[in-house]
Amino acid sequence: MRVTCTVNGVDRTADDVWEGESLLYVLRERLGLPGSKNACEQGECGSCTVYLDGTAVCACLVAAGQAAGRDVRTVEGLAPEGGLDPVQRAFLQAGAVQCGFCTPGLIVSVHDLLAHNPQPTDPEIREALAGNLCRCTGYEKIMDAVRLAAADGAGAA
Amino acid sequence: MTTVHVGLPAAVDGGVGASPQRPDGRLKVTGEFAFSSDLWADDMLWGATLRSPHPRARITALDIGPALRVPGVYAVLTHEDVPGAPLYGLEHVDQPVLAAREIRYQGEPIVIVAADHPETARRAARLVEVAYDVLDPVTELAAALDPAGPQVHADRPNLLRHVPIRRGDPHATAAVVVTGEYEVGMQDQAFLGPESGLAVPAEDGGIDLYIATQWLHVDQRQVAACLGLPPEKVRLTLSGVGGAFGAREDLSMQVHACMLALHTGRPVKMVYGREESFFGHVHRHPARLRYEHGADADGRLVYVKARILLDGGAYASSTGAVVANAATLGVGPYDVPNVVMDAYGLYTNNPPCGAMRGFGAVQACFAYESQMDKLAAALGLDPVEVRVRNALTTGDLMPTGQVVEGPAPVAELLRLVRERPPAPAVGDFLPGGTANTTRGEGVVRGVGFGIGIKNVCFSEGFDDFATARVRLELVGGRPAVLVHTAAAEVGQGLVTVQAQIVRTELGVEQVTIAPADTAVGSAGSSSASRQTYMTGGAVRAACQAIRTRLLERLGRAPSTTDNDKKVPFLALEEIAELLGEGAIEETVEWRHRPTHPLDPATGQGDAHVQYAFAAHRATVDVDLELGLVKVVEIVTAQDVGKAVNPGAVAGQIQGGTAQGLGLALMEEIQVVDGKVRNPSFTDYLLPTIMDMPPMSLDVLELADPHSPYGLRGVGEPPTISSTPAVVAAIRAATGAALTRVPVRPEHIVGV
Ligand code: FES
Ligand code: FES
Repeated sequence: MRVTCTVNGVDRTADDVWEGESLLYVLRERLGLPGSKNACEQGECGSCTVYLDGTAVCACLVAAGQAAGRDVRTVEGLAPEGGLDPVQRAFLQAGAVQCGFCTPGLIVSVHDLLAHNPQPTDPEIREALAGNLCRCTGYEKIMDAVRLAAADGAGAA
Repeated sequence: MTTVHVGLPAAVDGGVGASPQRPDGRLKVTGEFAFSSDLWADDMLWGATLRSPHPRARITALDIGPALRVPGVYAVLTHEDVPGAPLYGLEHVDQPVLAAREIRYQGEPIVIVAADHPETARRAARLVEVAYDVLDPVTELAAALDPAGPQVHADRPNLLRHVPIRRGDPHATAAVVVTGEYEVGMQDQAFLGPESGLAVPAEDGGIDLYIATQWLHVDQRQVAACLGLPPEKVRLTLSGVGGAFGAREDLSMQVHACMLALHTGRPVKMVYGREESFFGHVHRHPARLRYEHGADADGRLVYVKARILLDGGAYASSTGAVVANAATLGVGPYDVPNVVMDAYGLYTNNPPCGAMRGFGAVQACFAYESQMDKLAAALGLDPVEVRVRNALTTGDLMPTGQVVEGPAPVAELLRLVRERPPAPAVGDFLPGGTANTTRGEGVVRGVGFGIGIKNVCFSEGFDDFATARVRLELVGGRPAVLVHTAAAEVGQGLVTVQAQIVRTELGVEQVTIAPADTAVGSAGSSSASRQTYMTGGAVRAACQAIRTRLLERLGRAPSTTDNDKKVPFLALEEIAELLGEGAIEETVEWRHRPTHPLDPATGQGDAHVQYAFAAHRATVDVDLELGLVKVVEIVTAQDVGKAVNPGAVAGQIQGGTAQGLGLALMEEIQVVDGKVRNPSFTDYLLPTIMDMPPMSLDVLELADPHSPYGLRGVGEPPTISSTPAVVAAIRAATGAALTRVPVRPEHIVGV
């Protein structure tokens, strides 16, 4: 089948999509956007988190067909070309990136958190990110990154 | 983080001791960093694997016809298609590339398929018809130990390795004796980036493999042998590695992807799904440990007797070295005059086990630290006090007779974690978290301690080296450095550290790290907490060779000659002028001081390069009715010798601590009759950000006299002692015996 949707503000079409394919697969393998990650493809890790019509979802759980005609925003589309979103900058500055496999999904989740709650408390951060696994950091520096992004007014933008 | 001892100043910004941002960080936050699962080539095919559903069986018939007939399928290969050696392995060559007849574990690969869509490849693989003669698996350690029992490998005994250690009087007696039996479940490394890579056939009949691994050259050696190609025709390039933790030491899809690519003449990509990943790599050895500690009335250890059984699963992997670690480190960071230790690694039909962060030291530490708490209770002593009274220190002997050289601040680390202010009276979450299973009724608190010891680098006489090629040249009229090694960046920050070392040694700020590949000599593995030590040491040595060359060109003594003060030894302008004669390139193969084998009967010998220590204090809240645990806080102290990158050091300690917490509370591959019951992130639980408490760190920098900058390997120690600390805290809260990890709610409530 053919799937057409808006990805990072651009109309994109994927052809020959098999109906079992996920939005994640289409983004990664058909549209050249491998930034969203494939750590579990079972909805358990959050590494594939993207915005679908403004709501953060696990792209591995969305059938490609369900994305037709809708608006998708991935980690690649958070900042204008060549720039960094404040959340991305905060992850870099806080040293919250090790292997980086969890990072794109976490950044979208944090971006979403701060959009709804620009000054979250620590327990609120933990609750909001409970669906994003990271195996490298023990989450301390991820907490630091979120606090830093919040202090920089990331959510207010 | 508190830094207690300050190291040398850096010559330029971003040198040794600073925490510059990762050079790959920007690509990682924007999603542009190419992990091994992100690769793509024109015309590429996808590989898939058919694996055995049985842990022990004999293949009686195999028909690939139905798979070959699927449209879109380009190749279906079996053991008959392996061009070279049929077996591979890290220490023992015992594992089939594809099973021929004998199946020795559930998930053993039998057939590989290449197709134009990953789902087509997977479906075709499922259509292969395999007839099995299903056999009773050997899954219990006792059965595996029985010489009269069934053998996992017909041509060798189940006993893979026995390491005995005898020190002092084997018949020593003591006033106070405590015994215990402990069990450690099978932990998974659970890196997030699944096994994956891209194999591209080359015009010379060879292959280019883009792969996530921990050691390019050990992969190259094994892949070349199995493909029947000379190593120079098997060229490996490291692609983005989504975590490793030991699980990428052994081969997974490397040979398979290359076989499919060579067979079809097209690039082949393989990416395991999460379920397949659980079958695609080795795990941490499950263990059964029996300990007896004898002490005098003051709590000083008189003897330790121990027997450690490690389940190696179906293939050897690195079991031999894991057994040696468990044995040599098995009494912990304590001075024990009399030791009778026996550690055994066994073949079974369980999933193969091998390297995971902590490597044999983890299992032993849970047992000996549990014993130290028991001893404290028997003596009516404080648990930290009994540890301090026995703490290993510089000049003491290990059970192997090896003298502990350099700082061994065991007592100091214990005091640091004890003296930290107590955890807040109320944590952010109660046990049960947002499920609101309690409002605080029935919740009790406990505090526990743990300390561990780990060897750094490869041991027992292994020829352990790392290669670095460093090139100093003018780029746009300014001195710049290119570093080329084969060392695997797996997330730990080695790329950052290499550049820091160059800046400190040469005073040149602009440093580029070339992609790691096999075009340069081996760097050894990114494991055993060794890579900053080894590849860092090689980069430093190459820089020093370049300094010598520069000074030769200069023809006179430099303005500053003190090699130990990292002030620029030449001004940038001077370097630029000297480089007018051309670039300078130096390649250095660098070794740590030699180690020696263990005596096979007594376990005596200077087997290890360096020892590293970390201590933890854990504070937990426990819901006594439901058996739920919330870790409220963890404090850690670790001696790192020199924090080459303090930010990365903290990241290693925090991440390692989390993996130890996972083993204490939730992480276990459940194996029943040789079959894995929970190969998914739904059922194999990893610590989430809700499970992790705030952590605070004390980092000591007590220089090791033998290592570059005095550094000590950092990655593994924090994983080792957090497990016993968490369990001790639960015991303190509940009084439950807790002899097994991970602790389950039923162990706490006693149902
Ligand atoms: S890949 Fe989608 S949740 Fe893990
Ligand atoms: S940085 Fe590796 S999984 Fe989070």
